[in-house]
Amino acid sequence: MNEGGKKTIKMLSLAVLGMFFFSFALVPLYDVFCEVTGLNGKIDLSPSRIVESDISEGRDITVQFVSHNNEQMPWDFGPSDEVINITTGKYYTATYYVKNTTSKAMVAQAIPSVAPSNAAAHLKKLECFCFEQQILKPGEEALLPVRLIFDNELPDNINNIVLSYTIFDVTEDNLDELASYMHEHGEDHHSMGS
Amino acid sequence: MSAVIESHDDHHHGPAKGLTRWLFTTNHKDIGTLYLWFSFAMFLIGGAMALVIRAELFQPGMQIVEPEFYNQMLTLHGLIMVFGAVMPAFVGLANWLVPMMVGAPDMALPRMNNLSFWILPFAFLMMLSSLFMEGGAPNFGWTFYAPLSTTYAPPSVTFFIFSVHILGASSIMGAINVIVTIMNMRAPGMTLMKMPLFVWSWLITAYLLIAVMPVLAGAVTMMLMDIHFGTSFFNAAGGGDPVLFQHIFWFFGHPEVYIMILPAFGIVSHIISTFSRKELFGYSSMVWAMVSIAILSFVVWAHHMFTVGMPLAAELFFMWATMLIAVPTGVKVFNWVATMFRGSITYETPMLFAIAFVVLFTIGGFSGLMLAITPADFQYHDTYFVVAHFHYVLVPGAIFSIMAAVYYWLPKWCGNMYDERLGRLHFWLSFIGVNVTFFPQHFIGLAGMPRRIPDYALQFADWNMVSTVGAFLFGASQILFLFIVVRTVMGGKKATPEVWEGAQGLEWTVDSPPPYHTFSTPPEVK
Repeated sequence: MNEGGKKTIKMLSLAVLGMFFFSFALVPLYDVFCEVTGLNGKIDLSPSRIVESDISEGRDITVQFVSHNNEQMPWDFGPSDEVINITTGKYYTATYYVKNTTSKAMVAQAIPSVAPSNAAAHLKKLECFCFEQQILKPGEEALLPVRLIFDNELPDNINNIVLSYTIFDVTEDNLDELASYMHEHGEDHHSMGS
Repeated sequence: MSAVIESHDDHHHGPAKGLTRWLFTTNHKDIGTLYLWFSFAMFLIGGAMALVIRAELFQPGMQIVEPEFYNQMLTLHGLIMVFGAVMPAFVGLANWLVPMMVGAPDMALPRMNNLSFWILPFAFLMMLSSLFMEGGAPNFGWTFYAPLSTTYAPPSVTFFIFSVHILGASSIMGAINVIVTIMNMRAPGMTLMKMPLFVWSWLITAYLLIAVMPVLAGAVTMMLMDIHFGTSFFNAAGGGDPVLFQHIFWFFGHPEVYIMILPAFGIVSHIISTFSRKELFGYSSMVWAMVSIAILSFVVWAHHMFTVGMPLAAELFFMWATMLIAVPTGVKVFNWVATMFRGSITYETPMLFAIAFVVLFTIGGFSGLMLAITPADFQYHDTYFVVAHFHYVLVPGAIFSIMAAVYYWLPKWCGNMYDERLGRLHFWLSFIGVNVTFFPQHFIGLAGMPRRIPDYALQFADWNMVSTVGAFLFGASQILFLFIVVRTVMGGKKATPEVWEGAQGLEWTVDSPPPYHTFSTPPEVK
């Protein structure tokens, strides 16, 4: 093998390694891309600090709330109000009702999505149950708040926005958190089941 | 290393005897033969699975297999045909032809060549063994979209992941070997723009493989981590995104489909030129067309996923980028036709397959253009129209070109002429079989029959019956192909070194069959 050949092999091997790592780099790149462009209906999952603007500059829009249960997630889960009429630039609080219908304590995570997707960049949440996991004891129920605002830059052609939450059973992946929660709340460890 | 060569006995020696010849061989001709036989075996296995699918679809309702098994058949059929039949067949052709075409004594990395072949049977043994495991074989389609292939996958998915790792490693090693051979071992005087087109097509293909096979490895590695190590790359509950899987998969997948067609472009260019007895029309435009197709293949991936929900701007971009590929492809089809124009054409079997390739691949290209139209794609998506489209570019496209190559170069490889009458019979049976199988699938697809479903509504019954008859005709005619090839290898009319009147290229300057080692001293190319 001459020098040129060795150099070619070296370059190609580096290219292979580089592309392998590039495939993993696609994961954060994809998230950044979606966040910057607001595509894919992905919402910023951190609390915003936006201040309310002058309502007189806002306009009226309709927000519909929908809910999905992922797979066999047995909880009762749904919006308190299915439709609200709001004005952009002003904060509103909506609630979702949730009840653990099983006989074991469970951990859930709600994942939001917005349609149309280009409204996502204009939705800010001061507070949302989707920012954290929910732990409910057997039969426990709760009203989960989401405090949201649509900014005045919302594109004019969008008058109707659907805000969707899918609730996932993540108990299996969070047994430690569940155990410490039950401990703090004075429950017997074995009542959580599996 | 040079000291070893000097002390080495210089006279030509033949192959070793027995099984070890094949196990330990580092000879590019032996490894090419191994690749070709392996891919033919995979072609028959994958074909048998296709016949299970077609037999079930012969009539509406469930007759022969369980839906779960049907899903396994269609998944394995796709995986085996793509990674086991088409890709190894092209690698086998590259092994046989690239060194002889550029005037090199062997591939640049002979031992790695041996390794890259011999890990393949294990990869497919592992994949096929999952058929006998609890929960069955992979059943999520050859595109293995998450979460179907992670959360809902059978336990055997881990074996599938490792077999993809292995066959990916094999492809990458093969690609490195091809590039190093072409870049460093060409005969004196053979500049890049004097290289035979098959060599050019493989050089570009090899670069595509280097670029995207690691991405496939990354995708299955992420699946592995999601399944076994609690990560959430594609798991929405943990903050991942299933749509991300589709982006990563098709970032690999679209260049992959060109990996399966570019070598075919090279083969067909040789054959059409030889049997038209004319120099190929527009050599340099052929090269640049392949280069542009390869580059464009990286910016069109999302046309496979228009329906996942994309903003208008992205849909327009991917639609136009996809349609742009029709331009270099059109240049190629034009050049093939222009080569035949006023040529002294004879219709030997390789030429029949090559002409059928041009016509039928173009039909597949046109249906591809229809699918590229975003608003229309919403109707065509996941219907049999898509199935018809990609089978037209893969079966009478890639596979016809491989058959054409085998008929064209087989006399060179084994020194015997094949039976021309049987060859033509094989061609016509295959040609009729392929069209009877896949053309009706356009109709039932446009009428709305979904793909990957073992049962269908009554109005699709007639064309499905026709399609199944065609599939069995096509399948049976490949047994004839096997018979023809075996008979030619065993004996027959002796071939001259040129084999074909008007064939151009270094491989025709050596004997038929060629000595075990060719071009130990490089030829001079003017």
